[in-house]
Amino acid sequence: MAIATLLGWALDGLLMLVLLWLAWRVLACKGLFRAVVLFIAFGLVLSLVWVRLDAPDVALAEAAIGAGLTGALLLSTLARLDALDAKQDEDASS
Amino acid sequence: MTPRGAAPWLRFSVALLLVGMFAALAWVLLGLPPRSAGLQPQVAAQMAVSGVDHPVTAVLLNFRGYDTLLEMAVLLLACLGVWSLSPAVPPTDETPGAMLAALPRQLVPLMVLMAGYLLWRGATGPGGAFQAGAVLGAAGVLLLLTGWRLPVRWQGWRLRLLLIAGVGMFVLVALAVVPASGVLLGYPLPVAGTLILLIEALAGLSIGVTLMALFLGGEPGASR
Amino acid sequence: MSVAVLYAVTGLGLFSLGLYALIVRAHLLRKILALNIMGSGVFLVLTALARRAPDGPPDPVPHAMVITGIVVAVAATALALVLLRRVVETTGQPRLPDPDSE
Repeated sequence: MAIATLLGWALDGLLMLVLLWLAWRVLACKGLFRAVVLFIAFGLVLSLVWVRLDAPDVALAEAAIGAGLTGALLLSTLARLDALDAKQDEDASS
Repeated sequence: MTPRGAAPWLRFSVALLLVGMFAALAWVLLGLPPRSAGLQPQVAAQMAVSGVDHPVTAVLLNFRGYDTLLEMAVLLLACLGVWSLSPAVPPTDETPGAMLAALPRQLVPLMVLMAGYLLWRGATGPGGAFQAGAVLGAAGVLLLLTGWRLPVRWQGWRLRLLLIAGVGMFVLVALAVVPASGVLLGYPLPVAGTLILLIEALAGLSIGVTLMALFLGGEPGASR
Repeated sequence: MSVAVLYAVTGLGLFSLGLYALIVRAHLLRKILALNIMGSGVFLVLTALARRAPDGPPDPVPHAMVITGIVVAVAATALALVLLRRVVETTGQPRLPDPDSE
């Protein structure tokens, strides 16, 4: 019982750190394609967090929308920006 | 023009301000009572008259039906905004490979089945119109990504009817229950479950079609 | 201090990170990503505070608000992305014009 609680705490702590790290990388990494892919990963980790917070309804919505549909929208926009030759992201600083 | 965005001193002062904001808000959060049931007891007390057995669905479709009704309207407005800004991006002529062409044939029927299941399941457990609509929308996006195009005869009033079906049915039901209960969206108990399922079915369909239409990135069939 | 409150503070951290990036990053796609991260932070605060219920099911009202919020967020993102495309097509730049440095 105590081990299960401890593991739960460890998982929660890990999820929080991963979430913050992914958010920081999304916003600070070089290259928009990388940022978008990291954002999709962020959505997937977030839907795990919803499960940990006993919100399975939110987890279902997030997994389908936050990770799937938003990612598809961002990637298709990125492809169109590429075609318009406006993808240069010179302000990528870390 | 500075290619690197904001100047360093600006970045520093913004960061300083935001750290202050974070500290103040965190102080408020830590000062909240560590244990609080929130509105859960009120919701639990009213579950018997909601017409469904799942608290989240009861809140979404019954107790706070206005929120969901207006949210459907927001979704429709976003779609209108996208349509008024640009025509749909002309599809590329790339033919997908054999694998990519076969994939949606296997997956999309399953996804439609999954959406139906989620919709039905919403009355008793996690699921409902939003999740079903999201899965439908994802199925639509998958089809669009693998070379399927919206047939021309579906681009006219049929598509528009599907887009407004959710909010339309919501408003119709909201008005139809006024004689029975005296208020908008006050479902009479014997038919509450059926009405909620009816609204959810059309709302889920509309959400799915709207998400797919948003992915088109503009009004299909329009020319600039 | 419970796990729920820690998750709420994490949400606050996401909101602050997003707001910082929204202000200092110039590329509009990056700003859209920042707005989405800010929204996720707000959702996390709401859901975490709903989890404070003592030994009972969590508060369903914030859950319902977050579900509607997620759907509104994706619709707003789609609209923002089309606006971004129009800005690029019109000005040739993926950022807003800066009157100071023109």
